[in-house]
Amino acid sequence: MSRLIFGDKAAFVIVPDLKLIGDGILQLVGCHDCDAVVEEPNVPDGGAAICSRCGSTLFRRQRRTVEFTLALVSAAAILFVVANVYPFLSFQMQGQVTHTTLGSGTFSLWEQGQHAVALLVALTTIVAPALQIGLLLFVLGPIHLQFSVPGAVTAFRWVEYSRPWSMIEVFLIGILVAVVKLSDMANIIPGLALGAFGLLIPVLAGASSFLDPEVVWRKIGDLK
Amino acid sequence: MAAAFSIRGPHLQCHTCHLVVATPSVPDERLRCPRCRASIHRRKPNSLSRTWALLLAAIICYIPANLYPIMEVTTLGRTQADTILSGVIYLYVHGTWPLAVIVFIASVVVPILKILTLASLAFSVERSSQWRPRDRARLYRIVETVGRWSMVDVYVVTILVALVHLGSLASVDARLGAVFFGTVVVLTILAAESFDPRLIWDRLEGEPGASVVQNGDERDGE
Ligand SMILES: [Zn+2]
Ligand SMILES: [Zn+2]
Repeated sequence: MSRLIFGDKAAFVIVPDLKLIGDGILQLVGCHDCDAVVEEPNVPDGGAAICSRCGSTLFRRQRRTVEFTLALVSAAAILFVVANVYPFLSFQMQGQVTHTTLGSGTFSLWEQGQHAVALLVALTTIVAPALQIGLLLFVLGPIHLQFSVPGAVTAFRWVEYSRPWSMIEVFLIGILVAVVKLSDMANIIPGLALGAFGLLIPVLAGASSFLDPEVVWRKIGDLK
Repeated sequence: MAAAFSIRGPHLQCHTCHLVVATPSVPDERLRCPRCRASIHRRKPNSLSRTWALLLAAIICYIPANLYPIMEVTTLGRTQADTILSGVIYLYVHGTWPLAVIVFIASVVVPILKILTLASLAFSVERSSQWRPRDRARLYRIVETVGRWSMVDVYVVTILVALVHLGSLASVDARLGAVFFGTVVVLTILAAESFDPRLIWDRLEGEPGASVVQNGDERDGE
């Protein structure tokens, strides 16, 4: 991956001819971490612009970001449904068998009166990933098909809000630990959802690395 | 309309979609992003006091999170309570040590380091520290991304509770420690979100440009 690094002291570039897009919107990019503002550099596809002041990534440019992200998110949607419908572990002890799905874990906690923990688990393993997948489909699908939908702006804003709360990769480690803890006690049988989970994590990680929010925001604006 | 914005002047950045807009010459408390319609502030409002308050709450919850058991395991009529630490020790003795190390780091090391790091970042900003801003910015980015891994233990409890409910033969019940531990994770995530890393750069001396102090900013002393 090529890295494009600005010259020294590019912290605040005053651009002679500002391209005004609308009221007061300038063709400038800002660093999310240190607020340095620079004129938008040309970055080749697959490259990234790095802030010369604080070293964080300003943005990445991806070739065909909408199409690639859309393809991966569609795959993620299918995997997410499978991961939710089928049990991911079965527990066998003295002839008795119990299964657990994503939802049943939350449900059992709720039944034990642990409402706060149940809600936290539901938020981080079901609601936030579902929002990420569903809203991205809702935003990117119409962009790909070149028509505008009402609510795309709000939807894409919520993709940003829900991002820190989606923790399915952490949940996978939780499953591993639970399997080890139970292995002396009983027979543990992995279910279909476990495989879907294992695939969902790299697919979603790929989708978020292909997603170029700046391009999506501009396309939403263009379609209006 | 363009006349209302100064071309050389300071800019505002939307926290949500990162659009850069020129600061309106008349201060507007309820400025909305023209692109994503989130409200725009120059800095996250009350960043430091919010961070401190959330960190303090996290420290308070951290103590019962470790003292109280997070779950009770009943097998063949015998009940055993598990705290965060005893769970790690159990994994080390009975299971595989790499997993014990992962859980120890995720549940014990990460919350403590996250609280300490955020507190020292907030402290360094308050003292207008000039010390290695790039490294402090990097530290913030690391803390922001690793915090989520502390959820592992909450998930383990959830899975065990859902799988093991065979009455007196074998059952697992979630206990108060899990509630406090989940609270600690949420509070530290919120604390990291409240901290504005740009404050690190605002306090640097001899840095022109990006640290232009705005009218109406809470730190007019500079
Ligand atoms: Zn920067
Ligand atoms: Zn915005």
